Amino acid sequence: MSLLPILDVVLASLVIGVAIFTISARELFASVVGYVAYGLLLAFVWIRLYAPDVALTEAAVGSGVTGVLLITAGKRLGALKNAAPEAQPGFAFKLLTAVLAALVASALGAVILMLPDPPPSLAPEAAAAADGAGAGLGNPITAVLMSYRSLDTMLEKIVLILAVVGVWSVGADKAWGKAPAPLRQQKPYAPMVFLAQMLAPVGALIAIHIFWTGANAPGGAFQGGALLAAMWMVTMMARLADPPRIDSQWLRLALVAGPAVFLISGLAGAVVAGAFFAYPPSLAKPIILFIEAFMVLSIAAALPMLVAGPPSERPD
Amino acid sequence: MITLLDLFSIAAISAGTFFFFAGTVGLLRFPDSLTRLHALTKADNLGLGLVALGLIPRADGALSALKLIVIWVLVLLSGGSTSQLIGRALRRGRK
Amino acid sequence: MNDLLLAAAGLIVLMVAIGLARILLGSNDVERLMAIQLLGTGGIAALLLIAYATNVPGVEDVALGLALLAALATIAFINLLDVDQGDAEA
Repeated sequence: MSLLPILDVVLASLVIGVAIFTISARELFASVVGYVAYGLLLAFVWIRLYAPDVALTEAAVGSGVTGVLLITAGKRLGALKNAAPEAQPGFAFKLLTAVLAALVASALGAVILMLPDPPPSLAPEAAAAADGAGAGLGNPITAVLMSYRSLDTMLEKIVLILAVVGVWSVGADKAWGKAPAPLRQQKPYAPMVFLAQMLAPVGALIAIHIFWTGANAPGGAFQGGALLAAMWMVTMMARLADPPRIDSQWLRLALVAGPAVFLISGLAGAVVAGAFFAYPPSLAKPIILFIEAFMVLSIAAALPMLVAGPPSERPD
Repeated sequence: MITLLDLFSIAAISAGTFFFFAGTVGLLRFPDSLTRLHALTKADNLGLGLVALGLIPRADGALSALKLIVIWVLVLLSGGSTSQLIGRALRRGRK
Repeated sequence: MNDLLLAAAGLIVLMVAIGLARILLGSNDVERLMAIQLLGTGGIAALLLIAYATNVPGVEDVALGLALLAALATIAFINLLDVDQGDAEA
């Protein structure tokens, strides 16, 4: 098994190389390509660390959705670029940023190297607690997310909604209630439409499968929701669909559904099973899947809205 | 003991790796963006297909084996379409 | 057998690295899009080999997700190119 360390070294050097390229690229396009490539490579690293759930999330959110977010921002900045002269940050500022980033990285590295062996960890406690709550799930990560630290997970979804509201509030007052600008202005080329038409249904199926299988195998609500969001964005980018008006009922219901169902289940747990967010042991798995289904809906609605941006006035 | 299935796996994966090698050589040595694109998409897709084929005997369960084939078909579909898009951008003289 | 899988994975990762170096460093914007393609195919192959060699479960789902996301990223980048250098504004 002496091949494994060599492979690891090659992989790690590749990741560092792409990171250096991303930081030192001169133009926006090159650095965003580097960033997306970096995110896809990190999925490898997570697989090497035996964390397929994290690998999927990293690829979906860290590289996919965030990449499209950066690209959309780049497009809108590009439109502005011609309007105002560019002010580059000074050399001292760049030096300060580099020094601070290096300090944070070395502090993290030092902490990891100085950990006692075996390192202290909440993992056994979390796994035991998740089992004890009668979750009965085969995937310990889902059990921890939805049972041991369910309050955290619900609050994260609420933060997502707050982010969407924040993005919407950046739009002009007059534009409130209208739809965000389409993700592509011109008519798309036929292969792009074909790709979107073929990819979106297959991708939606895969996303729902990943959500469903997350109860017993790597996967889960967040990964499924992020992939579903990616598929909606594919259709929007190929002009098969347009971003909806932000005052549409179904959009707002979809956004709120996840945390709302989660909260109601938590409160019901106080009545039925004796503690806030406790699940009755025999019904734990169905309840968790039920909550996760709505969470998938909310995530799939929220992430594309974050990418689509604030509402804008359009000639129509 | 090397079984027949193992032999098949080794053969397919070696062939796949060879095609990746060919694709990378094409990427490095071809003179033009369009030809490099061709080398990349065609050879690498075939390489991935052979690797996926070679891993099928080692999959645990029919569903995993099926997913390997779906991965290949999905990459073929998206690779074919995106190379058309990239080719158009190259023809339009985007830099 | 596992050693062979790892060796194949290592070779593929090496070739992805060489390809990335060539694409990212030496060319123009459109060619950089090919980096996403390269990672999408070579990356998925290496990922499957590594995961099968080290017994990580559930890797096929990760590979499916990567394939979808590579397509998503390429479409988004093409849109960006069309705006930057095309005939309409965003």
